[in-house]
Formats: sequence, structure tokens, C-alpha cells
Amino acid sequence: MSLRRLLGYNLVSAVVLGIVGYYVGWWLGHQITGPSIAYFSDTGQNDIALFLAYIVGVVGFLFGLGFMSYPIQRLLGKPPSLREKETAGPGRYFTLCTDHKVVGMQYLIGIGFFIFVGGLNAMLIRFELLSPTRETFNANNYLTLVGLHGTMMMGMMTSGILGPFANYFLPIMIGARRMAFPRIEALTFWLLMLAGVILMTTIGYGGFPTGWTGYAPLSDQANMGMDSYIVFFALVGISMCLLGLNMLATVITMRAPGMSWGRLPIFVWGVVSTAVLMLLAAPVLISTLFMLALDRTAQTGFFNDQAGGSPYLYQNLFWIFGHPEVYILALPGMGIVLEILPVFTRKPLWGYRLAVTGMLGITLLSWLVWQHHLFVSGINADLRPFYMLSTELISLPTGFIFICALGTLWEGRIRLTVPMLFVLAWLFNFLIGGLSGVFLSDVPSDVTTHGSFFSMAHFHYTIMGGLLFSFFAAIYYWVPKMTGFAINERWGKIHFWSMFIAFNSTFGPLLVIGFLGMPRRSVTYAGYLHGGNTWVSISAFVLGASMLVFLGNFIWSQVFARVPIGPNPWGSKSIEWQLPSPVPVHNFDRIPTFGPDPYPYGTDGPTPRIATVPARPTR
Amino acid sequence: MSLRSHSGRIAALTIAGTAIVLPLVIFVLGPNMPPGKHTTGAASQVTDNTVLLVVMTPFTVFILAYLGYALATFRAAPGEELRDGPPIRGHMPSQIAWLALTSAAVLFLAIFGTAELFASNGAGGGSGPKPIAKPSGAVLPIQVIGQQWEFTFRYPTYGGVETAQLVLPVNREIEFHVTSLDAIHSFWAYELGVKADANPGVDNIAFVKATKTGNFQIRCAELCGLWHGYMYDTGKVVDDSQFATWIAGERRQFAPIKKYLPAYSLTYQPDPQGRAG
Amino acid sequence: MVGTVLGVLVVAVLAGTYITFLTNGPTPYRPPSAVAAGRKSANLTLQTVAAIGPKLAPNENWVSFLVRENGTWHRSTVWTLPAHALVHVTVYQFDGKSGLRNPFLAQARGVVGGTFVVDGKTTSTINPDDASHTFAIPALGVIVPLLGVDDNAKNQCDFAPCSMSNAHTTITFTFRTGKKGHYRWQCFVPCAAGFLYGFGGPMQTIGYMDGFVNVV
Repeated sequence: MSLRRLLGYNLVSAVVLGIVGYYVGWWLGHQITGPSIAYFSDTGQNDIALFLAYIVGVVGFLFGLGFMSYPIQRLLGKPPSLREKETAGPGRYFTLCTDHKVVGMQYLIGIGFFIFVGGLNAMLIRFELLSPTRETFNANNYLTLVGLHGTMMMGMMTSGILGPFANYFLPIMIGARRMAFPRIEALTFWLLMLAGVILMTTIGYGGFPTGWTGYAPLSDQANMGMDSYIVFFALVGISMCLLGLNMLATVITMRAPGMSWGRLPIFVWGVVSTAVLMLLAAPVLISTLFMLALDRTAQTGFFNDQAGGSPYLYQNLFWIFGHPEVYILALPGMGIVLEILPVFTRKPLWGYRLAVTGMLGITLLSWLVWQHHLFVSGINADLRPFYMLSTELISLPTGFIFICALGTLWEGRIRLTVPMLFVLAWLFNFLIGGLSGVFLSDVPSDVTTHGSFFSMAHFHYTIMGGLLFSFFAAIYYWVPKMTGFAINERWGKIHFWSMFIAFNSTFGPLLVIGFLGMPRRSVTYAGYLHGGNTWVSISAFVLGASMLVFLGNFIWSQVFARVPIGPNPWGSKSIEWQLPSPVPVHNFDRIPTFGPDPYPYGTDGPTPRIATVPARPTR
Repeated sequence: MSLRSHSGRIAALTIAGTAIVLPLVIFVLGPNMPPGKHTTGAASQVTDNTVLLVVMTPFTVFILAYLGYALATFRAAPGEELRDGPPIRGHMPSQIAWLALTSAAVLFLAIFGTAELFASNGAGGGSGPKPIAKPSGAVLPIQVIGQQWEFTFRYPTYGGVETAQLVLPVNREIEFHVTSLDAIHSFWAYELGVKADANPGVDNIAFVKATKTGNFQIRCAELCGLWHGYMYDTGKVVDDSQFATWIAGERRQFAPIKKYLPAYSLTYQPDPQGRAG
Repeated sequence: MVGTVLGVLVVAVLAGTYITFLTNGPTPYRPPSAVAAGRKSANLTLQTVAAIGPKLAPNENWVSFLVRENGTWHRSTVWTLPAHALVHVTVYQFDGKSGLRNPFLAQARGVVGGTFVVDGKTTSTINPDDASHTFAIPALGVIVPLLGVDDNAKNQCDFAPCSMSNAHTTITFTFRTGKKGHYRWQCFVPCAAGFLYGFGGPMQTIGYMDGFVNVV
């Protein structure tokens, strides 16, 4: 590598500037607060310095990667450079690249890495819970593990499907050549990666004890590691907000001729509804964390009852973000399921409008339910019947998604390929997740299940059983298109069956254990739950091993075996499968036009026609 | 609908499955649902759990029967994998029926849950400082004070004595006042069916009446810091005479500290930082 | 192929380091003080200091307990004690007065005779405002408030290790260990200066004001 390239905008200069920025911020923080303020020297912790270190570090990293070059060029009156787009070769995956397909691949690998880190933490949690009393990790580190697992998964998986698959396929599906804001698209990815690294550094600052919810006043009180959590989630929030904005802008403005709203593939509808939630929910999160950061640095006391604040305020704000957040996790999975089902039943989607109504209904209702997380907290006790009703009402739009999935199976020509297996497993898992959710929505039942392993198992059924299974369905379905190489089907099936069985064998018993009185995030538990926990831990290890099967298969298939796959191995009639694998840089030679039917199975209707209108220049 | 049509067979499977599962749910699973029937609150939770299971059963059986039937029947023929299925784009009657059935179930559950919530005075859950539903007649107030990391208890009608152990008389309406001195805790007495968050500066009330004597577990159910997992204890439900003996003993034992305790209050505002230094 | 092997090795080493780090923890977690199992009585000698000082711990300003093992003071908060035995505890208390958030905890519980000895005086209670720390093993029902050094006392100890010539109070008491087990102990006085409610930092990090008692 020549010196000039080394000194230019690339990952190396970004990392160097990031580290320099970190120390500059750290130094600055100590200059501001300094030893003159006895307060900070008493705690031995300088939160201001750490916040500044993270923030200046992030800015330094982004500058080093070249995010400022475009605005600087424009300010200097020079013509904008397009070089981010032109980068070719494997190097483009390690730098600022505005090709939506490159960003999709970056997301897939980046998020995949952090999901495996989160999964490793889950394994360690289950290792600790093999015994009701003995501590393998000391009590600090156990709580940090719980927090790292939860926060990493909840933060990273928000973009788990939108990041890789919507970035890659949404422009193609609506007949566009790029996203509406390609630089913002790249920015969302790099912010997310920085966030992940920052969260990992928490163990160097003593970890954080609050789990992923970060309830104040515990988080006001926590060690410096809490700041990593705050910066992590704020960066994830910014990334999420920008991602949602970008998706919405793309779908609104960049649809090809013929692609009216009623013809959008259902996956795009899933993305649209998720993007609305992201755009509106993430700012609540960011401002909540800003208040929390002020509490920790400037001693504002928003969440301290003795300083005129209220712990309820944090809980309310967090769940106003937090409940839409869980639908941010669930909705793309529904989109994937309904998108893949027609392909492997060879039928049009059953009840397209009902499915869209369901998704939009969930989007709307998810704003009205947050206080079901506070049923026993003593706040607004008289409103509990309302939140019980609104929570149970969400099962109506969710039921729409279910009936559409079931209807699509009707008299279909089902092929049990690996993606289809994951989709069917999604139906089963999400059913259990939904049914267990009813217990949590019903106030009298919630008294026992609230804050227990029951609620933990419930949301693992919906998020892991729902989102992660649909994530894998999408990987097996779409990665061959993204890389051009097949994923070994035999090992894929081994992965599926081991994962499906181990998943249910882990979280099914956890529903029971929670109902029998095991609280969440507790390092000890009553002796009579020992047998059940041992069973669950062993199942969880099998579940972890099934992930290694996937990893091995994925790497072997994509790096070593490299069996080329044709343009359309599944016989799909969706537009992305009419393009070569992998999709060429500019997607289409000519912008396609779309017919009235997004799922032309069983009719003579053609697959989406490509190259009927001369291409317009995209810039 | 005959058994020769797909819909007829699925309907038959659903009805048969429901007919088998429903009695099991009502007579075997339901009465044994957690958290048991040691108190009025816990018993109403068991009733609720049973009703929820009953309502869910037909839907679950239908979806599983449908999935099983579809996977067994609607398969691609070997060698004809790419042959298209029939282009069915929806079926208005079944969509309307589904919407009607799920709406009915949801509305029923919401109304039933609300009625049960009020009938059982909050079913043991924390109902805030001014609960609407209250038991009629006399109640025994007991304050639960959460602090990092132990629960202590005060009996205002017994001279405001503070104790480290929780003992309740059987067959008396108890009014728990749950509060915290620092972070958020949650008072979870599993066998009593009581769970109420302990927020600093908030008085959170939960009602319960124990109907059996015996021990119960106390756990903290809201992450409250380092020793959250060790914030557990065992409480006791005893008969009236044993309770009288016990509380008299506690008042004797903790007489020396009495003069230092603050007057009984629904919430406490201790010196924010102590005199740390 | 070499690349794969190398990659797997790097990942394994990283994961191994991570797990080892979590198992050991960033805080010293010393092996238990030498107390032979099967004995019917044991001595436990502790001191509490206002600041641990730069030599013994990464957070020099944090308040901490120290334990005497074989005549020298260590910052260890994991203590091994024999089961069903009488434990004679001596605490040399060098820290100032902080005050309890819950005054109830200023009365001793679970100790032999229900009383303890402060500087030669036998009592069951101290003024909650004068407590500096507590010795408490909640699962064994043991709690003893530790009287703080007077604010005006001369020759106060700045940081550990403190010598007996520094101003201090001496608290002695005896409690009985129950069956074998792994019990936590903690301080109940909000003594973590600067943290909300005085309960962060050293109060939520094992190795300062929290630890375990292994009853064997």
C-alpha cells in the first residue's frame, strides 16, 4: 500500500484518528472538571472525561474514514467527489462505500459478529446458572454479562434485517439504483460498529449493573461503565433514526414506474412500518439517554426523586421508546416471512391488503401499550385496564399476519428448503411467543409473571424465535444472491433442526421456570429450580453449538467451496432474482417497470419486466 | 363442509383436538397453575391463568392443526417443484371470520381481566398510592421497605415496630405499603401472589389475604444493583395467637432502636448522601 | 487453509481472554484467609479505611475493608470460615461517621448475646448517624453497626494501610456460622462518597465494601 493511500481516508487512518480523538476527549474532560472539583476526585471517576473521550473518538473515526470530505469539498466550492462509489475490489468493504449492496454486506458481517459476541455472553450466563449458588463470575461481572448480552442484542438486532437485507434489496425491489441518501446509509453502518466497540469497552470501566433497560436511579448510581452503555445506545439510536429516515425517503421518492404503493412487495411494507417506528421512537431514546448522561455528569437529577425528579420518568420514556423497539425487531421478520412464503408455496401472498393493514396496525398500536411494562410499579394504576386492552388489541393485527401466512400455505406447492423451514419455525415460535404474551398483558396473571423468567422466555420466543429465525431465513434465501455462491443445504438443514429443537428445549422450560418463581437477572435462585435450570443450560449450549454449525457452514460455503449459483435457484418471480448473482454495481441497465402483481404465481402474468424504459441518470 | 374437503378435515381436526385438550386444561392443568392458591390474590391469578388457557386453546389447536395438515398435504410433487399453485389472493369470509373471532376473544379477555382485577382488589399487584378497589372491612397495614440490598418491614399498628422478618397472620386482609429508600426494587412474595415495585418516594399498595399457614419466598424482582440476586428471604404465615406472640417478641427485641426510627410514614426521604466522607 | 486455522486460533484466544477476564474480574478476588475447616471457633480481624490508597487498588479514593491474614493486612473481601463455629470478630474502624439511610440497621442482630463491644463498652445499638459502616451477612441474619471516628479526632488515617496510632474505634463481637454455604456480606451505610445515595462505586464492586463468606 502506497504512503498516499495509507494517509488518505481509510480504515487505518480512521482507527488512528479515533484513538487520538479518544485521548483528546479524555484530556479535555480532565481539563474541564479537573482535580479542583473535589466531587469528582471523591468518586475517583470522571464521567465527563469518558463521555468526551467517546464522542471525540467517534468524530475522529468518522473524519478519518472520510465522512467530512464531501461537506468540506462543497464548502470549498469544489465539485463533489464520487470516489466513495467508485472504489472496487475487496477494499471497498473496509471503507466508506456508498454502494447500497456493499453497505448491506458490511452490515451482514458486522452485525453477525456482534450477535455472536452477544451469544457468547448468553452462553456464559447459562454457565453461571448451572448452579443455584456458586459464582463462576463474580456478582459484578454476572450483571455486566447480562447487560452486555441484552444491550448488544437489542441494540444490534434493531438493524438486524433492515441493515443487511433492506439496504441490499429494498432499492432493487422498488426498481432503484441506490438509496435516497447513500452517505447517510454508510454512516448508519459505521455508527453501529463504533457503538458495538464502545459497548465492549465497558468491561474496562467496571461494567454496568442495569441490564439493557438501564433503569434510573440505578444507572445514575452505577460505575463509569454505565457511560459506555449510554453512548452505545445513543449511537444506535442515531443510526436507527437515520436508517429509518433513509428507508422512508427511498420508498417514497425512488420507486420505479409502475411501482405504486399497492404493488410494493410485502417485505418493503415491513421495512416501511419498521422505518416509521425507528424514525419516531429513536429520538425518544436519544433524549432519554441525554437526560441520563446529564444526571450522571452535571447532577441534574431528572430521575432522582430527592432532587425533584422521578424514577417513573425514566421508565415511561424508556418504554415509550422500548415498546415500539420490540416491534422494530418483530416487523421486519414478518416482512421476511410473508415475502418468502409465496416463493416456496408458489402462490401469491394470501390477503396482501390484510397483511399491510396488520403491519400498519402494529405500527400504530405499539405506541399505546408501553405502560404494560409498569403494571406493578404503582404508576397510573387506574389506567391498567386501558393498557390491558390496548396490549391485547395488538394480537388482532398480529393475527392478520398469521392468517395471511396460513392462507398462503393453502393448497400451495410447499418445498421444504432451508429458508422455508426457518419461516415455518417462525410461525411456530411466534405463536408460542404471542400466547405467552397474553399472560403478560392480563394484569392479574402479570403479577406473577412480571419480571420473571417467564417474561424473559416470552420475549426470547418473539425476538429470537421470531427475529433471529427470520434473519436466518433471509440469510439462506438471499445470501446466495448477494455473493453468488450457494450455502450448503445439507448442513443448513442440520443447523436448522439443531437450532429449532435446542431453541424450544431452552426457552420452553424457561417459561415454566419463570412461572414457578425465578426472577430475571438474578445470580442465585431457589434450590427447587436447579434441575430445570441445568436442563436449560445444557440445551442452551446445544443452541450455541448449532450457531457454530451455521458459522462453519457459512464460511465454508462462501469462502472455500464457492459453488456458483445461477441467477434464480429458487425459481422466484421477485425482481431481485431476475438479476445476475451477485447483483451488478448499477443494479439495472435500465430502470424496470412493474406490473400490477408483485407475486405473479399461478398466473400468466410475467415476472417484473426489466429494461423497458431507457435509464435515467441517477444523479 | 364434508370430511372430503381440506377445510372440513382441518375443522374436524380442530374440533377433535380442542375436545381432547380443553378438558385437560380445565381439570388438570388449570387448578395446578402457578402460583397456587395460598391467598385470595394468588387464587384469582390461578383463575385468570386458567381462563386465558381456555380461550387460547381453540386458536392454538387450530393453528397447529392447520400447519400440520398443510405440511402433510400441500406439498410440491417431486419433479414438479416449479409448478405454480392456484392464484388465491384471499378469501373474504374467512378473513372476516378470523377478525370476528380474534376480536371477540380479545374483548372478552380485556373485560374479564378488568373485572377480575377489581374483584380481587388488584390480585396482589402493586396498585399505586390510591387504589380504587379496596377490601371492605379492617385491614392490617404492613410496610415493606426496599433498600440496597434488603427488605425490612414495619407494622404501624403495632407501635411502628420495624423488623427484619415478614410474618403475617392468616385470614386477615393485609395492606402492603411498598416503598424504597434508594433504587427501584420489587417486592415479590411468590406464594402470596404479591408483586409490587418499591420506588423511592412512592407508596405502592397491594392487598392480599392469606388463607393457609406456611412459609413463602420473598425475592426482589427488579434489578437493583450488585446484590439483586441475593435479596431474598423467607416469610411466614401463622395463626393469630402465634402472630401476637411473635410481634410482641419483636417489639421487645427492637425496643433499643425505637427512639432512633423516624415516625411511621408512607414514604421516607433519608439524607441524600448521608454524611459520606 | 492456514488462514482459517489462524482465524479460528485468533478468535479462540480472544474469546478465552474475554472469559478469563470476566472470571477473574478486574478487582482482586484473593483466595480466602487461612481458616481450617472443622474448627469450632475462628478469629476474623478487619479494618475499614476511608480510602484504599494508591498501593492496594486501582481506585485509590474508594472506601474499603481490609482483612488481617498472618499478621499482615490484605485487601480481600472473600473470607473462609468454619461451619457451626463461633467467630470472634474484631474491627478496627478508621473511617469517619456517615449515618445510615435506615436507622433500624443500627441495632445489632444475630450476634451472641445481641450485643457488641465498642471501645470497651457493651451495647446493642449506636446512634444511626454515627455509623461509619456495618458488618452484615444478611442470609445469616448478622448485622453489627460500626461506630465512626469522631470528625474532630486528631491524627486521622488518610488511606490504607492505617496504623494503630491513627484515630480509630475498636468493635468486637461474636457470631455463630450456620451450615456450609456461600454467603454475601455487605456494608449498609451509604459510604461511597459522591455516588447517588452513597451506594455506587465501592458499594457495588466486590473487593471494597462487599464480598463473600465461604462457610466450609
